[in-house]
Parts: sequence; structure tokens; C-alpha cells
Amino acid sequence: MGPHHPSTHGVFRMDVKLDGETVVDLKPVFGYLHRNHEKLAEDMSYLASMPFTDRLDYFNSMTNNWAYALAAEQLVEIEVPERAEYLRVIMAELTRLVNHVSLVGFFVNDLGALGTPLLYAFREREKILDLFEQASGARMMCNYFRFGGLRCDVPEGWLDRAREVTDRFPKFLDEYEQLLCENEIILSRTQGIGKLSRELAISAGITGPMLRASGVAYDLRKVDKYGIYDRFKFRVPYGEEGDCYDRFMVRMLEMRESIQILKQALADIPEGDIMGKAPRVFKPKPAEVYGRIEGPKGELGFYLIADGTPKPYRYRVRPPSLINLTVLRDMCLGQKIADAVVILGSIDIVLGEVDR
Amino acid sequence: MVEGSADLEMTTQNISPGMDLDDKTRAELERAGVIVTRVDFLYNWSRSNSVWPLTFGLACCAIEMIASATSRFDMSRFGSEVFRPTPRQADLMIVSGTVTKKMAPQVVRIYNQMPEPKWIIAMGACAISGGPFKQGYNVLKGIDRYLPVDVYLPGCPPRPEAVLQSLNYLQNKINDQDIKADPAFTKGRRQYPVPEFTGTDLEPPYNPEVWSPPENPNGEPVVPPKKTAA
Repeated sequence: MGPHHPSTHGVFRMDVKLDGETVVDLKPVFGYLHRNHEKLAEDMSYLASMPFTDRLDYFNSMTNNWAYALAAEQLVEIEVPERAEYLRVIMAELTRLVNHVSLVGFFVNDLGALGTPLLYAFREREKILDLFEQASGARMMCNYFRFGGLRCDVPEGWLDRAREVTDRFPKFLDEYEQLLCENEIILSRTQGIGKLSRELAISAGITGPMLRASGVAYDLRKVDKYGIYDRFKFRVPYGEEGDCYDRFMVRMLEMRESIQILKQALADIPEGDIMGKAPRVFKPKPAEVYGRIEGPKGELGFYLIADGTPKPYRYRVRPPSLINLTVLRDMCLGQKIADAVVILGSIDIVLGEVDR
Repeated sequence: MVEGSADLEMTTQNISPGMDLDDKTRAELERAGVIVTRVDFLYNWSRSNSVWPLTFGLACCAIEMIASATSRFDMSRFGSEVFRPTPRQADLMIVSGTVTKKMAPQVVRIYNQMPEPKWIIAMGACAISGGPFKQGYNVLKGIDRYLPVDVYLPGCPPRPEAVLQSLNYLQNKINDQDIKADPAFTKGRRQYPVPEFTGTDLEPPYNPEVWSPPENPNGEPVVPPKKTAA
């Protein structure tokens, strides 16, 4: 199954050995989008890497920015102002909505429902992208976060528009759930397919919705409480079986929780500065830091080694997509070839992040 | 509406340019159900309004390409909504995103499999020149080193509106085609040599048929004058 595949997950190849229609062996081949992200970052200043993090996982530029900013802020201990923290949470949760909504569209696309669900998903996605564009000036590559805050404040009336989008979103989710969640074809194509056991998920280092679908209620927003996530009330949905249906449903339920967080954050957001006291020249002392957040796809971490110069000595990304992809073989063995595509879709990979 | 022949209305004046028919003859022919036109016009008109792109996403730009096909931007207004998963049925290849050295042979191979006439849009800074990743060791510095690009679409990533505009430019280009002279119609299916990925680099580094390194306009490399201590 070659690098150019209709399932639009990007340039990814699976070497599949078949017995009839059953998968006997599977070997993922990637590297078709290796863009030297880490090597380039070692040759430029800390801040100059920020726009490149946008292009890691190109659905979720805001959360990528946040993970990187979180790591770099540990290097020089910058205080982030209150309003910026709130806006960061708002942006991250909007990003989660964008990611999950398009994931569900692509996932159902992989199941064979070509077009329609994806069009619905992109219709909602556009509304959120409009918000991003008003705030940061770009639809996809936002480059909005800075060390110690945000690049600029949101324009006048933005918060009202964000509230409007947040209020309307559940209606769309209702419609989507009604169409998909009890759809007989989806049930029979996803239930019991691609099971991932709890033990394997933990030992393979799986994170994010995939881990939670396997029955582990582990969410960095609850565990680390980075930013100001300790102030919000939300639940962590998790599955029992660890099959494709659970992974799909965990994401549907997570969107509801994101809306809860958004509503609380948009109600409480204070006035004030959006940029902390960051040094003009970012030149940290020698140190090693690791900053991680709960990205929409899993734990996204940045590991930086500073050596006292304005450039990082080592810059390493912990991409959730790549590590979640490692169990693809275990999930696909013994399944039918048509289900392999569904399983791949349920992992939610983005090749920009897998290959970097 | 965009200027150019893409949006000319189908009046007899327009579809039979150069025919020295007076209005009376023309009207008589029309009454009999005959329209006099040039093959070029009819052919290009139908071609340009049903460009079928290839479902071919490489990186970030692919998402914007999909977005331009969805309901908000609605590429089907220009007759291009039929994304074909197989190159055998596609006319247009939108190279959407960074072409790495590992991927370049596959891109050329897919292009070779497309039937004539075929066109390429290089979408995004990466496909044009390597873009932000140009310094990288694994990034091809522009797909035009191996394939003839028709429309360059800059941006990182370009907005869906820009995708539509590039499609309009392509339509204008198609409308100007001369069937008798165009290599797409005279030479059969164009095949370009597929480069080989050696693990570190591509062999050959470019296809001299379509691309050559830019010449230094000054002839000699310019060496900045050495600073002397004042």
C-alpha cells in the first residue's frame, strides 16, 4: 500500500503480507516527509524554531506552539500573565476541536463514506479557523505563542465570536452523533476491530485518546496541570475495549469536554497583559528541560538541551503520532486488509509529525 | 469572473473567431443546427472546464487543497471537484507540500503514469523551492527540477482562494493551447526520467531537459571587499 494512498493520511507506506485477505505481517515504512525539523532547529535561535513547530502537526499548530513555549519557558523561568494563560487554554481547546472533528471526518472517509461526513467536518472546522485567523493572521500556521505569553492580544469582539462558536458547536455534535454513533455500518466495521490491550498500550508508551480508549484514564491536563488546567472542571472519557469504535467515541466525547473547558475559560477570562517579562535576547544557561502537553493526538513533548548560546544544542520532539504508530502491527495482525486502513485511520497520524 | 478566454460566453462571435463568415450565413447555419468553430476552441473549452486533479497530498498544503474542495470554497464551481485517486484518470497534479528526496522518485513516477494532456501546479513554498525547509539535507529544492510546472502557487500554505485562483490561471493557459503545436498532443505521453534515491541524495540532481542552474549574472562570484583596520 504505497506512499500515495487515497486515505489522505499523507505519504505513508505499509508493507503488508497477506494470506487471502488476512494480514499476516505488516511493516510500516515512513520517512517520506522527513524535513529535518530537529536538525534545522539546532542551527537557529530558540524563537526562530517557533514557526517550524506549526508545521509538525499541521492540524494543531497552536498546541505545538504551546508545548515548545512550555519547554523554553522552563529554561529561563518566565512568568506568563493571567490573560495569556486563559487565551492559551482557549486556543488549545479550539485546536482540539479542529483536530478531532477532522479526524472523525477522515476516519469515516476511510470506512468508505466518501465525502459527506468530511464536508460536514470541514464546515465546522472553517468556523474555528476563522477565529484563528482573526487572532493570529493565519488559518493553519498560526505561530501565535511566544515565550512568556502570546504574540498579540485578540482583536475586539473576538471573545464574543468565540463564545458564539462554542455555543453552536454542540448542535453540530448532536447531529454528528445522531448520524454516526449508532450507524449500523460503522458499528459493524469498527467494533472489535484493531483491539489494543491495556497492558500493551502502557508498555508501548501510547498516549492520548488511544491510551484512554484502551481503558487508562490518563490525561496530562489532569496529571501535570500545566498552564491553568487545575481551574477547570472537566471529565476524562475513556473506553473499555480498546477497539476502533472506542477510539472514535473517546474523541467524540472529548469534544464535549473541550466545550465545557472553553465555556468556563471564556466566562472567566480577565483583562490584562498578554506578554510576560521575557528577555530580549533569549540566551539560557546550560540546562536540560522537557516540556510536555496533552496534545489532541497524545503527549507532545519538546526536549531541549541549552549550552549557553542562543541556539539549542539538542532539540528533540516527542511526537505522539510516531509513538502511537508503533503498535500498528500488533493491532492489524489477523485482521482483514480493509480493516487495516480503518485501524490506521483510528490512530490519527499526521505524517508531518511522524517523520518531522 | 476572471479576465481571459476562460469565461467567454458561448456566442457565435466568440466560438468562431477568424472565420470569415458574415452574420447572415452564420444565422442561417445556426438555424439549421450548425455551429462553426475551431477545434482548438471547443477542445480547450471542454478541457479547461473539467480539469480532474489527482488525490495527491504530500504535506500541510494538502489540507488546504482539501479545504478548497469542500463546501465553503467549492472547487466544483470550476469543474475540478472530481479528485481521482488513480493517476491514469487525472489531468492535473497538484504537488501540495514538501517533496523530500525519498519521495521525489515516486512523484515523477506518478506523473509519468498520467495520460496526456497533463498539467502541474506547484503548490506552496516547499514545492516551488524547498520553502522554509530549503536548508535541510533531505528536501528537494523545487519540484521543477524534475517536472515541467505550469503554475506556481506561493504561500505557506496558500489559502484555498489562492488554490482557486491558480486553477483559473491554469484554465487560461489551457485555453491558449494550440493543439497542433503543443507537445502534449504531438509527442505522445511525455515520460521524464525517474531519479534514483541513493540514500543521501538524488541521482541525477536535476533533469537538464526542464531545469538548469541559474547563471551568475556577474560571471565571477562576487567576493566582498576585505575590511581593513582604519
